[in-house]
Amino acid sequence: MARLHFFGRLMDAFGTNTETVALPAGINDTSALRAWLDNERQLGGLLLEKTIRVAINDTIVSEPWPIADSDDIAFLPPVGGG
Amino acid sequence: MIKLTESPFDAAEALRDFEKSAMGAGAIVSFTGLVRDTSKLGKVKTLHLQAYTPMTERGITKAASDANKRWPLDALLVIHRIGDLAPGEPIVFVATASAHRRAAFEAADFLMDYLKTEAVFWKKETTDSGAHWVEPRPEDYEDRDRWS
Repeated sequence: MARLHFFGRLMDAFGTNTETVALPAGINDTSALRAWLDNERQLGGLLLEKTIRVAINDTIVSEPWPIADSDDIAFLPPVGGG
Repeated sequence: MIKLTESPFDAAEALRDFEKSAMGAGAIVSFTGLVRDTSKLGKVKTLHLQAYTPMTERGITKAASDANKRWPLDALLVIHRIGDLAPGEPIVFVATASAHRRAAFEAADFLMDYLKTEAVFWKKETTDSGAHWVEPRPEDYEDRDRWS
């Protein structure tokens, strides 16, 4: 199971800060994950926004980046600063 | 030293402790940021700060280490609140100590620009008219770019 984290407005859209999912066959990089999740949750393209960055196991990656079922995957909207 | 905290802190007390830890320095600069009571959307009721541990801490630690490389600092302290804050509460405290004032001023300014634009925080403001997530202002990015 992959652990997903949602921050900022994505947390509101998903209704949670974190959840675990079993990645379906064929969902093996961040682009495929964004498209699959956006479609499955009917987010209307929210997860496809380029300003949303993805971190795998606490490190921001340049996409598309390969993902595995054991990964910690965070979706990060533009940071708001303190 | 870097500290993220869910509890309110006293900026005057933080400065007194910092002065003790930086004993011998010729110059100390400190900055305290407070939660504003009004925003574009009305009167602010609460501000919620969300961090992503450990990425948030790691980013601030890196900015502190950049400041240390760039200026001859004797000591440096960053305190940042997370969680729910009320208007008027300190949200951020930065202090720098150096032999002379210029390095202390500049390093504190540099750290604040990092904290306002690149630090890994998401902010949600609740006002009379509802709740919304706040993203950086264009001026915040311009301020940061002065250092590149």
